[in-house]
Amino acid sequence: MNDLTPDREERSAGLKGLGCSRKRVEDARFTQGKGNYVDDVKLPGMLHGDFVRSPYAHARVVSVNKDAALALDGVVAVLTAEDLAPLNLHWMPTLAGDKQMVLADGKVLFQGQEVAFVVARDRYVAADAVELVEVEYEELPVITDPFESLKSDVVLREDLAGQTEGPHGPRKHHNHIFTWEQGDETATNQVLDDAEVVATESMYYHRTHPCPLETCGSVASMDKVNGKLTLWGTFQAPHVVRTVASLLSGIEEHNIRVISPDIGGGFGNKVGVYPGYVCSIVASIVTGQPVKWVEDRMENLMSTAFARDYWMTGKIAATKDGKITGLHCHVTADHGGFDACADPTKFPAGFMNICTGSYDIPVAYLGVDGVYTNKAPGGVSYRCSFRVTEAVYFIERMIEVLAIELDMDAAELRRINFIKKEQFPYQSALGWEYDSGDYHTAWDKALKTVDYEGLRKEQADRVEAFKRGETRKLMGVGLSFFTEIVGAGPVKNCDILGMGMFDSCEIRIHPTGSAIARLGTISQGQGHATTFAQILASEIGISADNIAIEEGDTDTAPYGLGTYGSRSTPVAGAAAAMAGRKIRAKAQMIAAYLLEVHDDDVEFDVDRFAVKGAPERFKTMKDIAYAAYNQAIPGIEPGLEAVSYYDPPNMTYPFGAYVCVMDIDVDTGVPEIRRFYALDDCGTRINPMIIEGQVHGGLTEALAVALGQEISYDKMGNVKTGTLMDFFLPTAWEVPNYETDHTVTPSPHHPIGAKGVGESPHVGGVPCFSNAVQDAFRAFGLRHTNMPHDHWRIWQTANDLGLHE
Amino acid sequence: MFDKMHIKMNVNGEDHEFLAEPRDLLIYALREKLNITGPHVGCDTSHCGACTVTVDGKSVKSCTMFVAQANGAEITTVEGIGQPDALHVLQESFREHHGLQCGFCTPGMITRATKLLEENANPTEEEVRFGMAGNICRCTGYQNIVKSILAAASELNSAKEAAQ
Repeated sequence: MNDLTPDREERSAGLKGLGCSRKRVEDARFTQGKGNYVDDVKLPGMLHGDFVRSPYAHARVVSVNKDAALALDGVVAVLTAEDLAPLNLHWMPTLAGDKQMVLADGKVLFQGQEVAFVVARDRYVAADAVELVEVEYEELPVITDPFESLKSDVVLREDLAGQTEGPHGPRKHHNHIFTWEQGDETATNQVLDDAEVVATESMYYHRTHPCPLETCGSVASMDKVNGKLTLWGTFQAPHVVRTVASLLSGIEEHNIRVISPDIGGGFGNKVGVYPGYVCSIVASIVTGQPVKWVEDRMENLMSTAFARDYWMTGKIAATKDGKITGLHCHVTADHGGFDACADPTKFPAGFMNICTGSYDIPVAYLGVDGVYTNKAPGGVSYRCSFRVTEAVYFIERMIEVLAIELDMDAAELRRINFIKKEQFPYQSALGWEYDSGDYHTAWDKALKTVDYEGLRKEQADRVEAFKRGETRKLMGVGLSFFTEIVGAGPVKNCDILGMGMFDSCEIRIHPTGSAIARLGTISQGQGHATTFAQILASEIGISADNIAIEEGDTDTAPYGLGTYGSRSTPVAGAAAAMAGRKIRAKAQMIAAYLLEVHDDDVEFDVDRFAVKGAPERFKTMKDIAYAAYNQAIPGIEPGLEAVSYYDPPNMTYPFGAYVCVMDIDVDTGVPEIRRFYALDDCGTRINPMIIEGQVHGGLTEALAVALGQEISYDKMGNVKTGTLMDFFLPTAWEVPNYETDHTVTPSPHHPIGAKGVGESPHVGGVPCFSNAVQDAFRAFGLRHTNMPHDHWRIWQTANDLGLHE
Repeated sequence: MFDKMHIKMNVNGEDHEFLAEPRDLLIYALREKLNITGPHVGCDTSHCGACTVTVDGKSVKSCTMFVAQANGAEITTVEGIGQPDALHVLQESFREHHGLQCGFCTPGMITRATKLLEENANPTEEEVRFGMAGNICRCTGYQNIVKSILAAASELNSAKEAAQ
């Protein structure tokens, strides 16, 4: 007879499965300085690569003289486009269907563009040699404004001259990339014409950069003896990199091993393929030695992966009592010199068509025009699903502007327009099917917690006190309610370079009842090794502490599309659950055999299978694992492992309600965040501690973007914010404490009901901070002012409103 | 290119001697000559603090110090703060309070925080925030880092009291 102690609850807690704030298994190594990042990779005979970059934003490259550089002791090679051309690697395809120069082929299109690649004994010699490469340029007219670009006679992309058709349809002008339209423009315009009230606003979502603390880099090692290329790199999608590397280089895919080691933050920066990766590979093939390339911070901010840069114009129609009847949005998107946006193939403006937000808007239209300028290429999703930050900022500002137009409370305006709980699954006017939501409950909880009415009263009193000259500080109440769209696929809608966006998990149970699971994703700080083990623990009844998680090595991990757009939990997490269920199905048969009953007469109970109605007769998963390997069971092959490739039926739609209370000194322009309340609904919660950490981090990146962070250019195309002196990253000193809260509305189509959370706080946070600043000035007539709201711009807003008189 | 200098330094209790160019930065000497890869390079301009080490008792951003300036110095990096079987209270505390995510800033954070608590054994939250303002984290939003350091301070103080 088996002993039934410990009881069910205790056994369940011992698993450290779903819902447990399990401490992270990654931390032991990181807190002791034993992480293994790309720049920590050191191989015998390893050389270092460094780029000669263009000081000009638009110029012809007349000549490149390598002689002095090659004469320097320790320099092994200097590569230019001419050297790459015979391999057809002087240009490379971008994720957006365009192509990009790996090394300048006749001209440069942005400041910091890669012109030559120096390979040397160490990083110092490489840097010296970069200075010795003589490049002669002939300056060309520079265009940094997309509107000017669409009118200019200057042809930026001479390689595309005469091509009136691009990968996303017709091109209207030689500097135009695509027009992408969603929804019904005629019907939308009709609604706008007939509307009782129309609010119109133009806004610029400035260019910024994800700026993870670790920059991008790679180490390529071509072993000429066995013909195998090993590539370590800061890759958010290592398997895709392997396929692309194979297609570009002609090296068979089985002879390429891509390894994403520990990644020091990604936030979208490490999704794309950059010239440095290609050059390190070519240099290793050419020299026969391993070659490391790691960009410095200035190179990172100037050349790899900007985000945003959307000029958005909105028109929103409503009845007099605030019911929204239609929405029109047009975007002029500045994509820089090459269209290297990291979006699924069919979505050249990402999921910008989620811009109807959390509201039941019957008719809508979105049009996006992509434009070339003399700025860096990129257009990545900086801590958001594809362009969702832009979409949510747009609608959350339009709601505020409409509230001003209607002279209505912005919280109430949101409430009367929310999609209702019973409308889910909800079909949006711009083509999405929202899986689940309960917006009213979340909103009411948020407003009640912060005492919204009390805040508005205090704010009104403050305005009066300001007018009486008793204070120089105004108070802003920032609101935002966001709906994210994350977890791309499904494969039928979403692919990257033709590769469908599924993901995968492979799990192997060892004879002693511990396990290893490998996934197609790669953690960049999200704690996958901790949370994926928790999903599996609950599914297969083995403690998370006994499940090792591995990702990022394409020789061992199953193929997957990687980690970005909050897709790890929605897609790979689902694959983990499904693989776990396959294990459980086999375990059930083994248990039934061992207990000498029919398969249907045993049931899963936390960490075991027990005979129905006789819980004292059971086999633990540990017993079952041992038997799977060591006992001949008729009709069942030995071993206990499973693999699942998961193609999600839909995306998931996490949502949240945020409130920010801010005091603004009108004489200094300094905003002080008094309170920030964040309610997130990410469906089933796997690890509350990690969710909270993600929310803190995402909000801080939102604070940065809303209150000061930008990549700005002067008229000559010089990057004005190329170091951390000018590019704002908040420190502990500027960041408030956040209050986190949640509701739980599971995703109906995800195996465990989880939706993903890493990017929600950024998506919802930016409009919340921005709305707080703008709300402080609403009583004085401000309608809209562009981010980033740094001290100078806030001061200027106050000044423009006459508050310094 | 330049004549090399003979450098001696003690890192984490161990003596090292090596040749380096006078222009070599301390961070690269540590990482590439001595294979001490805990300290990281995040910005090259002394803004981010990922390279923070302790040089002769002071927190130093090792990307902005020539190795020549550290000749003869006693240096502590994150590797010297605790051992796998005897972690420093701060290392435990960062794990306990989820004070790290991607881990890239963590060696600098922990190295700086050990000095901060030596300088001020009983800091307020404001003093922790000010004292850590030279170290940037892109993942955590600092809230849990501050919590980790305050909890470690309180634990260290209790241990001190108990010992007295």
